[in-house]
Amino acid sequence: MSTFSVYGVSLSSRFFLGTAGYPSPAILKEAIAASGAEVLTMGIKRQAANVAAAGHNQWWSLIRETGRHILPNTAGCRTAKEAVALAQMARELFETNWIKLEVVGDDYSLQPDSFELVAAAEQLVGLGFNVFPYCTEDLIAAQRLVDAGCQVLMPWAAPIGSGQGITNRRALARMREKFHNLFLVVDAGIGAPSHAAEAMEIGFDAVLLNSAVAQSRAPVEMSAAFSKVIEAGRMAHLAGVIPAQDFATPSTPVTGQPFLIHKAG
Amino acid sequence: MPSSNRAASNDCITVDFNGQPMNARAGESLAEFIDRLGKDPNQLATAVNAEFVPRDMRKTLLLQQGDAIMTFEPITGG
Repeated sequence: MSTFSVYGVSLSSRFFLGTAGYPSPAILKEAIAASGAEVLTMGIKRQAANVAAAGHNQWWSLIRETGRHILPNTAGCRTAKEAVALAQMARELFETNWIKLEVVGDDYSLQPDSFELVAAAEQLVGLGFNVFPYCTEDLIAAQRLVDAGCQVLMPWAAPIGSGQGITNRRALARMREKFHNLFLVVDAGIGAPSHAAEAMEIGFDAVLLNSAVAQSRAPVEMSAAFSKVIEAGRMAHLAGVIPAQDFATPSTPVTGQPFLIHKAG
Repeated sequence: MPSSNRAASNDCITVDFNGQPMNARAGESLAEFIDRLGKDPNQLATAVNAEFVPRDMRKTLLLQQGDAIMTFEPITGG
């Protein structure tokens, strides 16, 4: 695998893995190992009032021990103000300037609120954050995020956790075409390895997913499967996938029908 | 950012801690309040009235009647 750089950090795996919803810490640990992922997403939550009774944070200890890069998120935020406050807390807790910026505007679809997202990105870049915005395929909103200083965009394939795969391939392809030098990650909605392969074939630089692995019957095996197809999809993109067409073109160079000779005249 | 120049006194005040009413001393700093909870202050992040309070500012932020204190910790996430 060749290396590439994201916000000055050298990486080789194009598989970014979420850490939520695994059956046990041990299975998460194995799934991380099987994925080869170097970037793991995490969140933060408000503690219970009886904070003294809270137990040791076993999950976080385990994830920290992997030595992977942590990409904290601002899940649950509805406004730029909330997201900026949460991002600052995440920076203190995880000791990283990276932030996966999530500002959603709708409970049903968990669709990003582009207006609040751009406002939050502008503030966070000003505060020295490296922003990874979870966005839609809207090109104007995407441009505003780039103007704000985002060097990465993370459009959804489909609503979070839906497992639908890429529902608007043409829009994602247009985004790839428009922002040809930007680091683009498909985030959310991936269900099957074939979905991830499709994203990579389109030319996306990486895929971020969580539920497709964590909620599968065998997360460790599924993690390995995603790892393989993400790499395969990248290779296919670089090799050049042939364009689809509506008519047939014979691939075997035969001379017409085997036993039928057309005579001239 | 919440003000750190708040008046100190010996009166007991009521604050809201993660959604529950709790007593604090007027003039008690956020750092002192967190210490009384018995948790490692380096393992949590704090906000007062929905504004982030960095770790190094907890000592100078004095609590006031009705303040909403929230503490946050890492969780798994997607």
